Amino acid sequence: MFDTIKKFLPILLSLLFVIACGGFDGPQSTFDTHGPVAKEQADLFYLILWAGMVVLVAVELAIIYIYIKFRRKKNSTRIPSQTHGNTKLEIMWTILPAIFLAIVSVPVLSAIWTIGTPPKNPDVVVNVHGHQYWFEFEYQDLDVVTANELHIPVGKKILINLYSNNVLHSFWIPKIAGKTDIIPNQGNYMWIQGDDVGMYYGQCAEFCGESHALMRFRVVVDTDEDFRAWISHQKSEAFVPNDPLEKSGYDIFMSSKAGCGGCHMINGSKKAKGKIGPNLTHFGSRQHMAAGILENNQVNLRNWIRNPDMIKPGNIMSGQAAVYMDPNKSLTESEVIALASYLQSLK
Amino acid sequence: MTTIPFKLPLNIKLYRPVSPTGVWGWLTTVDHKKIGVLYGVTAFIMFLTGGIEAMLIRTQLIAPELKIIAPEVYNQLFTMHATTMIFLAIMPLSAAFFNFIIPLQIGARDVAFPRLNAFSYWAFLAGALIMKSSWFLGGSPNAGWFGYAPITTATFNPGNGIDFWIIGLQVLGVASLAASFNFIVTIINLRAPGMTMMRLPLFTWMTFITAILLILAFPVITVALIELMLDRTFDFNFFNTKAGANPILWQHLFWIFGHPEVYILILPAMGIVSEVLPTFSRKPIFGYPAMVLAASFIAFMGWLVWSHHMFTTGLGPIANSVFTLTTMLIAIPTGVKMFNWLGTMWGGDIDFKTPTLFAVGFMSMFLIGGISGVMHSFSASDYQQQDTYFIVAHIHYVLFGGSIFGIFAGIYYWFPKITGRMYDEKLGKLNFWIMFIGQNLTFFPMHWVGMQGMPRRIFTYDSGMGWAFWNGFETIAAYAIAFGVLIFVINMIKSWTGGKKAGDDPWDGRTLEWSIPSPPPVYNFRDIPIVKSLDDFWHTKQKSSNSNTKVKSKTKVSDIHLPQPSYWPLLVAVGLTIAGFGIIYNLVFTGIGIGIMLITVCAWSFEPVNEPDSH
Amino acid sequence: MSDETTTGLSHRKLLIWVFLGSDCMFFASLIGTYLIYKGSGVLHPGPADVFDIPTTSVSTFVLLMSSMSMVFAYAYLVRDDIKAFRIWMFSTIIMGSTFLGFQVFEFSEFYFHDDLSPQTNLFGTTFYALTGTHGLHVTIGVIWLGIIFYSSLFRNTVTSKTNLDLDLAALYWHFVDIVWIVIFAVVYLFGTFTGFPSS
Repeated sequence: MFDTIKKFLPILLSLLFVIACGGFDGPQSTFDTHGPVAKEQADLFYLILWAGMVVLVAVELAIIYIYIKFRRKKNSTRIPSQTHGNTKLEIMWTILPAIFLAIVSVPVLSAIWTIGTPPKNPDVVVNVHGHQYWFEFEYQDLDVVTANELHIPVGKKILINLYSNNVLHSFWIPKIAGKTDIIPNQGNYMWIQGDDVGMYYGQCAEFCGESHALMRFRVVVDTDEDFRAWISHQKSEAFVPNDPLEKSGYDIFMSSKAGCGGCHMINGSKKAKGKIGPNLTHFGSRQHMAAGILENNQVNLRNWIRNPDMIKPGNIMSGQAAVYMDPNKSLTESEVIALASYLQSLK
Repeated sequence: MTTIPFKLPLNIKLYRPVSPTGVWGWLTTVDHKKIGVLYGVTAFIMFLTGGIEAMLIRTQLIAPELKIIAPEVYNQLFTMHATTMIFLAIMPLSAAFFNFIIPLQIGARDVAFPRLNAFSYWAFLAGALIMKSSWFLGGSPNAGWFGYAPITTATFNPGNGIDFWIIGLQVLGVASLAASFNFIVTIINLRAPGMTMMRLPLFTWMTFITAILLILAFPVITVALIELMLDRTFDFNFFNTKAGANPILWQHLFWIFGHPEVYILILPAMGIVSEVLPTFSRKPIFGYPAMVLAASFIAFMGWLVWSHHMFTTGLGPIANSVFTLTTMLIAIPTGVKMFNWLGTMWGGDIDFKTPTLFAVGFMSMFLIGGISGVMHSFSASDYQQQDTYFIVAHIHYVLFGGSIFGIFAGIYYWFPKITGRMYDEKLGKLNFWIMFIGQNLTFFPMHWVGMQGMPRRIFTYDSGMGWAFWNGFETIAAYAIAFGVLIFVINMIKSWTGGKKAGDDPWDGRTLEWSIPSPPPVYNFRDIPIVKSLDDFWHTKQKSSNSNTKVKSKTKVSDIHLPQPSYWPLLVAVGLTIAGFGIIYNLVFTGIGIGIMLITVCAWSFEPVNEPDSH
Repeated sequence: MSDETTTGLSHRKLLIWVFLGSDCMFFASLIGTYLIYKGSGVLHPGPADVFDIPTTSVSTFVLLMSSMSMVFAYAYLVRDDIKAFRIWMFSTIIMGSTFLGFQVFEFSEFYFHDDLSPQTNLFGTTFYALTGTHGLHVTIGVIWLGIIFYSSLFRNTVTSKTNLDLDLAALYWHFVDIVWIVIFAVVYLFGTFTGFPSS
């Protein structure tokens, strides 16, 4: 009897999991959908989940029944009838699953085409570039380049082109759309649509190196006006700050000793033209930094500038920038504070 | 130890070992049973090291934002965990059973190529050592067991880790190929009189299919690895994206190998379950021809589904639809197997000993893994599951709840035959329940965290993601699995050294291996049996249950000629190891290694299996 | 070991067949790689720039003839006509070596004259890997045949009773030959084929 209870226990626990889990949806839940693509995918998931549950419960019940009914009694010498099979039964349990699969394949195939066919006239086209370990967003025809925070207008169809000049990545916004891999020399694409205004989490889903776990981003779904306002703001150039602290930060940033401009772009500046790192023109307007892993505030920013490798091991800046490689060029504490103030002023 | 001379073509006298004992006995053995034991013990030690890697991974994930293990080390850990479990644990554990059991099940005195068999073990050991030595030689491979280019190329991965991985896998491939050639020939050509293909025990059938899959699948990964090796060592361009290479090539080659590989991992376990269930139910397997057909169909379809690992790589809707349908098709023969096992037990007189528990555990766990497998086959919704913990849950239900449970069933089932002693039933059952519950508590929540958006292969996660509780829970449960494995180890050591004598046929077995003494004598069968039906041994016992007298054998033991021990398999493997390390460090050693291999292979091929004048 | 086998075929004969099946997949993967990369990356020097079809046709013909010579060698061995066997065996080895010589010539021509190295472009990478692997197979075959020839000359151990030894080598040799025909067609002929002349 105790054995029987033990047999039931994991199944009961499994059921408990399902019930217990049902209530909480995290920020990357694929169940809490906010776009047509994710919705289609979740619907399909539920379809096969329930169908699978029926099979699972039926077979596990059969196993438990067998366990109770046909277990050997002590010292039994019974020789059961030596059946070698039953053709009718076997044909049945070959054909029935085949029919079942044929039926479910209809919604599956239709979903493949819905999701796999890009909109003919997308409202916005974004070229996503995967880097180690951050995402760059280039708005085609809008002349805006930003990083780690993707703004899209609500209810519009967005075409995403996926590019990489390094390793593989995968672009994934669980609440809005399933992932598509970013592959060098292969222009992949996907389409997304956000149905509700808000901020959504995204994460790289293909192993891309040491800090793969820290390659995240946010998607901000704006109202139409907000989106247009955001775009026009992003198009504007950055100004030289007036505040003395911010100005000194500006000077350090543009100096050849620090060499920030070799990798980072600040629109409107002649010295910051780099394309290796994120475009920082409106860095201060972003809510998160370092590929969506930290809130964008003075403390985090200073820590980041002081030692990026502590926060994101293996990132290219700490491995290549002179201020981190050459002890003679390393930043003083006051320089760190000035740089952080300058960067945050770039609203 | 005495030696006798034999002639090389150049008239150099060399000495070969004759029935040595002790360490030399193991080093030069060509006895399939000894090789099987070597395979099993080595692979189990590898299983333990892979387990330690898993425990470290779980420990890092026990709570959010931990810094117990550095990211780089974590990446090495998950790469090595998967590589170890697949290539160094499950495959060679299955190979251990092939070695020990197949000749006994088909009524043979040895395998077709005993020395090739010994070589396959030594090459496996060499591959395992190369792979594992990376931990002590400057870092292990860190790009995942799938090694997707271009992160494995020298540009993005200048360290030696990937080289260890490439060389280790190639050497292991040589080992697996050698073993598979041998088993295909053995099963085709060394069956006892009357043992037609449709009278083969199902475990032998599954081995046969596995070996065929293996000889066709491993060349593909070998080519992929050679291409990567040429890239890294000689600056070829196969995966150099700057030269226009397409990284998808690697994925295609890898998964054309990789999907058949999945069946290479699971079919032997299915074979074991198909032996255990009939024996303990006292019934023949239900629908034997259907079982064989289903497995063959699965093996065939295994070649037509590889792209379902690549649904998110932008293959386009047409390819995704085709591979969705072919993948769904595989559910049908798998279902047939499941139902036939149920049919086998139905109406039986089932003794729920430890092997049965593991076999039934296999069925209920593999079922869950199979259903989540069908869920992934829906490519549209797989976009959400790909590369998340949902997949991690799936593979562990298939490979841990599936393959490993099947293999444990096999270890308990054949333990009395291999060692001649009985395992401790109480410890065995305790082992099963802890592992069974631990497995469900560890891997079931992963389905949930995966659908909550937790990607695989991340060394840390934020506390706000809603993954923290279940990850902590999974880690504690994973420790329980480790405890279960510890009980298994205790049981094995205790029973092997001091267990009760088991007798020849403790389970009232159905197949030929139970008709001979435990442990089997060197020559296995004193008289080669003559087989008249499926489960012939069982029917013979049923007929002669009244008369307890055994027919006296007419064969004199001294008349049985067995293949003699040899040094060459070991020495060829040594050459292979030196050549392998040479590619990592200095090509001069590769030359030396290949030289050693050429010489030893020649010596091997001129050495007769038996010395004609040795008796 | 008993000499009887279930199928009546010798173990070693089965083994070579199984091995060749496996080797098919090996070459299939390499040829697949070549075809996938055909026409991508840096295009020049490409197949049309480097191949000299007449020269390679000659070496292909030589390799094909070596297969025929192999058949004769085996036929004479079975009849225990050791002298004729040795002649044909020797001619097979010579033709195999000639093929290898052509390949060395061809490679050095491409490398030094046409500036095509494995590092140059994807064509170089895939071409050298594929044909190099085939060349390695031929080399192993020549060594194998050489050992048999040596055993026949100096040890007199090759007779009709041990014809299986030669049979295995011959199967391997024919296989390597067939693979070359595929490579010659896929790599050389299709590589330089520019379409039928339009009328």
